[in-house]
Amino acid sequence: MSKQEFTITVYTENQIGLLNRIAIMFSRRKINIESLNTSPSEVENIHRFTIVINETEEVVRKLCRQIEKQVEVLKAYFNTNDEIVWQEMALYKVPTDIIAEKVKVERLLREFGARAVVIRKDYTVFEATGHREETERLIKALEPYQLIEFVRSARVAIIKASNGFHEKLKEFEQTEPGEDVIENEFLDKQDEVFTM
Amino acid sequence: MSNTTTIQEPATVAQPAAKTTTLSGSQAVLEAFIAEGVHTIFGYPGGAIMPIYDALYDYQEKLKHILVRHEQGGIHAAQGYARTSGDVGVVFATSGPGATNLVTGLADAQIDSTPLVCVTGQVFAHLLGTDAFQETDVINITTPVTKWNYQVTDATEIPAVMAKAFYIARTGRPGPVLIDITKNAQLQKFDYPGYTKCEHIRSYRPKPIVRKQYVEEAAKLINEAKKPFVLFGQGVILGKAEKEFKAFIEKAGLPAAWTIMGLSALPSDHPLNVGMLGMHGNYGPNVLTNECDVLIAVGMRFDDRVTGRLDKYAKQAKVIHLDIDPAEIDKNVQTTVPVWGDCKDTLPLLTSLVNKNTHTAWVQQFHDLKAKEVEAVITEELNPTTAEMTMGEVMKVLNELTGGNAVIVTDVGQHQMVACRYAEFNQTMSNVTSGGLGTMGFCLPAAIGAKFGAPDRTVVGIVGDGGIQMTIQELGTIMQSEVDVKILILNNRFLGMVRQWQQLFHDKRYSFVDIASPDYVVVAKGYGIEGQRIDSRSNLRDALQTMLSHKGAYLLEVMVGKENNVFPMVPQGCSVAEIRLK
Ligand SMILES: Cc1ncc(C[n+]2csc(CCOP(=O)(O)OP(=O)(O)O)c2C)c(N)n1
Repeated sequence: MSKQEFTITVYTENQIGLLNRIAIMFSRRKINIESLNTSPSEVENIHRFTIVINETEEVVRKLCRQIEKQVEVLKAYFNTNDEIVWQEMALYKVPTDIIAEKVKVERLLREFGARAVVIRKDYTVFEATGHREETERLIKALEPYQLIEFVRSARVAIIKASNGFHEKLKEFEQTEPGEDVIENEFLDKQDEVFTM
Repeated sequence: MSNTTTIQEPATVAQPAAKTTTLSGSQAVLEAFIAEGVHTIFGYPGGAIMPIYDALYDYQEKLKHILVRHEQGGIHAAQGYARTSGDVGVVFATSGPGATNLVTGLADAQIDSTPLVCVTGQVFAHLLGTDAFQETDVINITTPVTKWNYQVTDATEIPAVMAKAFYIARTGRPGPVLIDITKNAQLQKFDYPGYTKCEHIRSYRPKPIVRKQYVEEAAKLINEAKKPFVLFGQGVILGKAEKEFKAFIEKAGLPAAWTIMGLSALPSDHPLNVGMLGMHGNYGPNVLTNECDVLIAVGMRFDDRVTGRLDKYAKQAKVIHLDIDPAEIDKNVQTTVPVWGDCKDTLPLLTSLVNKNTHTAWVQQFHDLKAKEVEAVITEELNPTTAEMTMGEVMKVLNELTGGNAVIVTDVGQHQMVACRYAEFNQTMSNVTSGGLGTMGFCLPAAIGAKFGAPDRTVVGIVGDGGIQMTIQELGTIMQSEVDVKILILNNRFLGMVRQWQQLFHDKRYSFVDIASPDYVVVAKGYGIEGQRIDSRSNLRDALQTMLSHKGAYLLEVMVGKENNVFPMVPQGCSVAEIRLK
């Protein structure tokens, strides 16, 4: 099995220390986290982690079971890139005089779907949102014009097949929930990992 | 993550009390213990936990506190207690060094699935993060070695948090929980709403629903098998499913071998008990693992000390894995049929579906290989022709004198492997050892706890001359609390297990394994504990008898051969079938 990019989505309680509990599950196995985002989810008080790693499916599958085992984790899903809609946001700071003089800024913005967030005399900040390659292409384009600063956010992802967590949570709240809540569905629905 | 310290989802709904009482956080902790049926606490006081100890002063009638000599001793004692009683072990320690001294025991309990609730004191909440005196980040230090941990900074959280702690520690796959309570929360007075046990946490599913389909598939595989073979671990004991397990193997005529954590779940003399798995296990079960056609693993986790080389492990077999922890399924060995669930529930279902069978010829294969092992190893180990005593013969005489009724607590090393190989048991929860972590120093404190957990039983701690010196301070606990444990030191004047490896795999380059010992009998005397040393076989039976019949603690040091090795052995990196008899 070869390594590929997986996006892990973890629904959790909002609890101090949980970020560490989850992060050490990766570091313990010497797995590099490419990107990690924590945010609220569609459900109040339920947190959503989005974690990107490069690993084999087998490793990711086992890892998700270990993550799900943590007391305050409700569910952990993993998906390949074609199963999700995802975006990353990037900010670029360039000197205003150079950029104004040498670039057809309008064309640049149109071509990369970017927009100017701040325009000052001394510098301009552009923002672009998209896949990794897209935000990276804009770096390439801006590099000749003295890119002063660059930063990219963690990935956020929506799972195409998901119906959200509202219904699922209702089941979790019951003392005797249905089968697929109580069990890790990876085992018997290996092809169709996401079953909510 | 938001910066809130309240539990998002209260584990319990507090019942509005008719008349509210005011309690301190410390009192609330002790009330929780009483409500959870705790009788014994192992602990050690200090600055940050003083309010709890102050409250304890008034609870001495209801809660017995055993003052240990080191927090590691305290937590191992709680582990021993949990293992012989089947209840949750409880520990107190102060902040900083008190808490860090718990880490080894937490790691041990985590890997061996032992239910514990540890309460540590912490500096005042307003001092957190200021490098205050005896402040350590206990929550983050212990995160990888706890099933759950939580820091309390407000007393009103205590009832619900304690309820959650006990619920998590004892349900599902059990494990250690640590609750760190800041000093202000211990001191804080609040309207006590009463204690309600936790029965549900929405993000925690301790017990999978049993799926009939898998049980049926498993039964079908077993019914079609020509050479079915059962491996069982501590899951059988933790699930209190010994009877169900016995009924299962008896109906289908399944030979069953144990991991050292599963030892004593099935009586030693049971005709289907074919012995010990793993690196120093019996010959038959190791060799035949690679010959069986259906492997049925019950409450065990395919540790590498059991499987040897994984890519050559039971590749010919279909694997049925019964486990309560879904993360164990397929973790090391690819499963054909996973049977999630508490084996207390799954085993009877399986038993009802399997056909009666005896598998006589197949079981005979185990006996035949046993005969080989007896000839090559066991006879000489139990009835040595050498002048020096062997650990095996000590075990043989001990078995004869205890009749298999004693609790045997072991440390880590050669004596552990020998004790597990040869100790006989006729009841469950009788073998207490550090399996997954292999923690030297475990034995003496665990034996103390084991005695509190099973006060009516004889408890024998078997320990090497290395391991005893790691936690020997607990003799003080034995003295002060008058704990009736029998301490049996098997002294080979070496760190024996390491020496064995150096002999076999490092050209006999004995690098720092030659360990000196004090006069243990004199040391014991210093603690008011009777004892003796023997170095001749002719005294062995009498000495063991004296130890066992002595009223109160006793230390017996038996001098055994310096360079004896434990065999059989699956060398590291080899398959189980390559097990060496010498
Ligand atoms: C805390 C700890 N440190 C080191 C080890 C490594 N170790 C495993 S067995 C062993 C030797 C044990 O010697 P002893 O207690 O004399 O028992 P013996 O093997 O001789 O029976 C050592 C050092 C360990 N298991 N635990």
